[in-house]
Amino acid sequence: MNERKVGLRLGFYLLLAPLALWLTLLVLLPQIDMLMLSLRVKVGLRQYVTGPENYMEFFTEPLYWNTFLRTALMSVAATVATLIVAFPVAYYIAKVARGRSKGLLFVLCLIPFWVSELVRTFGWMILLRESGVVSNLLQWSGLSAGPVEMLYNDAAIMVGLVYASLLFMVVPLATTLDSLDDSLIEAGYDLGGNGYTVLRRVVVPHAMPGIVSGCIVVFMLTLGNYLTPTLLGGKHSLWFTEQIYNQFITRFNWEQGAAFGFLLLLLSSVMVWAGLKVSRQSLAGTLG
Amino acid sequence: MTETQPANHPDNSLDLESIDVVKRFGAFTAVDGVTFSAPRGSFFSILGPSGCGKTTLLRMIAGFQSPDSGDIRIKGRSVLGVSPNRRNVNMIFQHLALFPMMSVSENVAYGLQCRGVPKAGIGPKVAAALARVDLPDAGPKRIDQLSGGQKQRIAIARCLVLEPDLLLLDEPLGALDLKLREHMKVELKQLQQKIGTTFVYITHDQSEALVMSDQVAVMNNGRFEQIGTPQELYYQPLTAFVAGFVGDANRWHGRVETANGTGARVVTADGITLIGGFVGDALPAGAEVDVFVRPESVSLAREESGLESLDNRLSGRVENLLFNGANSTVLVRDDRTRGEIMVRLPQTAEFGNLAHDETVHLGWNAAQAKCFPAQAGGAS
Repeated sequence: MNERKVGLRLGFYLLLAPLALWLTLLVLLPQIDMLMLSLRVKVGLRQYVTGPENYMEFFTEPLYWNTFLRTALMSVAATVATLIVAFPVAYYIAKVARGRSKGLLFVLCLIPFWVSELVRTFGWMILLRESGVVSNLLQWSGLSAGPVEMLYNDAAIMVGLVYASLLFMVVPLATTLDSLDDSLIEAGYDLGGNGYTVLRRVVVPHAMPGIVSGCIVVFMLTLGNYLTPTLLGGKHSLWFTEQIYNQFITRFNWEQGAAFGFLLLLLSSVMVWAGLKVSRQSLAGTLG
Repeated sequence: MTETQPANHPDNSLDLESIDVVKRFGAFTAVDGVTFSAPRGSFFSILGPSGCGKTTLLRMIAGFQSPDSGDIRIKGRSVLGVSPNRRNVNMIFQHLALFPMMSVSENVAYGLQCRGVPKAGIGPKVAAALARVDLPDAGPKRIDQLSGGQKQRIAIARCLVLEPDLLLLDEPLGALDLKLREHMKVELKQLQQKIGTTFVYITHDQSEALVMSDQVAVMNNGRFEQIGTPQELYYQPLTAFVAGFVGDANRWHGRVETANGTGARVVTADGITLIGGFVGDALPAGAEVDVFVRPESVSLAREESGLESLDNRLSGRVENLLFNGANSTVLVRDDRTRGEIMVRLPQTAEFGNLAHDETVHLGWNAAQAKCFPAQAGGAS
């Protein structure tokens, strides 16, 4: 009896070991190392002291927190835009499409994501650049006299971000909307509601967990995106991840880069928490 | 709530009229020329097997589907092309469709808010509606805190607060357990009498329809077979389908051997001869007929001598005794054809000790054996 208990316990630890190793070696240790790094301040050649100066740098240098603010606001805007674009798509997939077309539409949403993000972003560049498809189309149709540059501005970044995030919004939305009983929508109309009332009072409250989880995922992905803002926004993109990259790679200031990384993690967590509070959702309820 | 606008329409006593309504889905005709009317304040049921088109008919009345031809009039006015939220008709859905994201009182208030009733007027109306279904304190509760019967009543309150011309009920008792269903049948009937709103109730459960309704329409394959009071449907069925679907019945298929104006001698495929009466037009000799005999019309005796005055006589062995209190039945296997006959067990001590395999004699009069023209496939 006792031996069996010991055996069971050993089995449990053996099963747990890969996960524990993974978490400790690949997630926890590097994070701790980064944290230590971010708290190290260079005072001379190979001379370091521990202190919060790297973090203070973020708040004292306007460029840094302005960049962060811009990134955060653009990310919120991109999240809202993604929600607005994805909701009708998800509603159509979950409530209007029937049978095979339902699966087909889902796959259509999925297909672009079989290609790497880099390739997809290059696709947008081919469309939007001065010698690109849209520019040529405008010239050919006579709407524009000369070539039009549509890359390297905020709108281009926005388009790219929304496009890159769409799937992550459509999936949770379609899943929650799918679980909405059709008769609830019908009851909403039957009792005298118009389309807007039914949407506001029945559909959206039911889809709220999906909306919130979709928004969290999209917001975090957008905030931490490096490729899309850099390629589509060019040198004007001023994205916070770009600052981190610059610190690590261009300026070789790993300490500053690590501090920025932690600030990004911290500030985005605070924003998600605030978002959950405002929408009166819990993280557990959203994920469950 | 029964007194409404002055009689600017000739037929103001009818809350609902359906005139030759047809609905097709592709090649399939779901509702095929249905005409009926429900007088004000009546409890009208549409009874039929699943797939007979009754749900489609109800959804057309509610406005979720529109008929291909024909007209639907509510309080004398055609509602074709009027969307569901503009019809003064409310529906109790099969699974009630209470909004789980709202409290009970928010559910009841929803319709009033949609109508733009001022805020001050909503509270008292909601309280009155909840009181009317005997749940005055349920207002702040969440929907998942209610029992099945309470949900039912909230669903009714949510519709009644809007004072609809017509309340449509789509098998709302189907999801309840048997005991509660029996209870809700009585409660629904009493509620309908109390408030006087016209109810249109669809169900596949004949006992629900018979117990609650003033008028029942039996529907099959998209058509109304018969409209009448529950008593008429039970005692004077006009078609073989109604005879088989409403109440229990023993059924034989056979051919008319000789016929006079009102009755016939029918020979079944198994070779037994039955004497029965025609319903409606008499049929010529050679016609295929179905003969229906109610279990309670069959007299049961241990000795053949007691049944000599009856037109039809059979003998058989007791196959099974289905004891169910006052509704007990005996299944008798006919000696000659091996067919099973259902007989209502008389409530006398005489048959209390009926044993398996015991020989019994059965008999019934010609008037109690109803002959209908045979239907092609048909349920029994």
